[in-house]
Amino acid sequence: MSLGLIILIVVIVALVGFVILTYNGLVQRRLRVDEAFSQISVQLKRRWDLIPNLVAAVKGYMDFEQDVLTKVTDARAAAVAAGAQGPAQQAQAENALTGTLRSLFAVVENYPTLKPNENVLSLQEQLTTTENQIGFARQHYNATVLDFNTGIATFPAVLLAGPLGFAKREFFEAEPEAQAVPQVVLR
Amino acid sequence: MASTTFYSEKSANLRNSVFLVVIVMFVLGVLGAAIGYALTGSRTGAIGAIVIAVILGALSSIGSYFVGDKLVLAASSAKPVSEEQAPQLYNVIRELTIAAGIPMPAVYVIQDDAMNAFATGRDPAHSSIAITTGLLNVMNREELQGVLGHELSHVRNYDIRFSLLVGVLVGGVAMLSGFFLRYTFWFGGGRRSNNDNNNSGGGGLQIIIFVIAIVLAVLAPIFTRFVQLAVSRQREYLADASSVELTRNPHGLESALAKLAGDKVVMKEANKATQHLYFHNPLMKLNENPSALFSTHPPLVDRINRLRQLTGEAPLDPDTAGSLGAAS
Repeated sequence: MSLGLIILIVVIVALVGFVILTYNGLVQRRLRVDEAFSQISVQLKRRWDLIPNLVAAVKGYMDFEQDVLTKVTDARAAAVAAGAQGPAQQAQAENALTGTLRSLFAVVENYPTLKPNENVLSLQEQLTTTENQIGFARQHYNATVLDFNTGIATFPAVLLAGPLGFAKREFFEAEPEAQAVPQVVLR
Repeated sequence: MASTTFYSEKSANLRNSVFLVVIVMFVLGVLGAAIGYALTGSRTGAIGAIVIAVILGALSSIGSYFVGDKLVLAASSAKPVSEEQAPQLYNVIRELTIAAGIPMPAVYVIQDDAMNAFATGRDPAHSSIAITTGLLNVMNREELQGVLGHELSHVRNYDIRFSLLVGVLVGGVAMLSGFFLRYTFWFGGGRRSNNDNNNSGGGGLQIIIFVIAIVLAVLAPIFTRFVQLAVSRQREYLADASSVELTRNPHGLESALAKLAGDKVVMKEANKATQHLYFHNPLMKLNENPSALFSTHPPLVDRINRLRQLTGEAPLDPDTAGSLGAAS
């Protein structure tokens, strides 16, 4: 009789312990996902702040291609505005901005006087690193999402994930043209 | 996938750290006991020596945990560098810390034409990365990313803490053994016979223990060194793979390794105590094919070939591999 009681208590303690450990583990993973997501917007904001400087630096040299600069400025304004409209619109606007920036750098390559300009080179490096940081922040976000989704979908945590209110997170889709366009290479 | 691997790598390395510390502490304890008994011929002496050995081991481990990175940086003549002085270096490191999800390490530069880099510290929040000016000048952005990805993987996987502990503990075993062997060589006989008078009946046993202590003192440093080297080489392959996992660009690291293979300059400030920390072995060149057991790093050719496996390319043929050492 008392042996049965002891077994019962052990089983209950083990179950409660399992629930606590699983819950805390999942919460920790979910926090990592949220943190990784906020990193992406930090990097996007950084890019918004850099663009006016870049535009100002190249403006004087590029009399004939003002429309490229206008496009960059417009795309930036659209991206800033889209920031409040939800992830889907934001992703689209940011991708458009990335596209206009790439065409700007392509144009800069055609200006021999502009290319070795110290200020432009430094801004180019700044934008390269920001582009990379955005890419890496998305990559890291996807990694944490994979970790979290795997966590809630595998046994035995899968038994608790639903009742405790853990839902699958979405991956960040890469822009389709990202692989096709060559990067700005700096030495 | 990055994160899953990272978290399991981290816990594997914490387990490894504990395992290694326990083993080395055990070796220290046994060595201490044997030496203590051999020298004093009494059980109290043995226990006293164990206590001293283990306390010294623990103290130096704790010391290395907190100030080891500063010692290593100072011993390598690494100077802190500001973001204004090396913007691209900072940018590349910052990008990778975002990919790895770790805080920004302190950045140091070593004035040396040899190409190398290392990471140190006790955890990602207290980590430093040092890079030689030679490496900084020769590598392009992509290659720099590959090298720094490798170093940041050491940070992210907690290899840096492991290396610090290993360095100190293995050094401690070597020191204790060296001390005992030298002591025996000079005073061994006289001291022992003195004690024999005080402890009746201990003589035969003491001689046996004395022999065991000498054998241990010779073998222990070699044994712990092998453990260190075996672990170190595995961590290097892993850091290469993790670097590619971060950068998604195996070619950057591959071409960086190829450039290193052509580097003929030997590091000024590297020595046996710090060599296992570096990006590649600072004391050895590609063609001096390091015999597998005694090197802290796998041969560069093997590292390049493992990367080529990732991209599905054929391994370098032996002729090319040989000429890599002579190139550029």
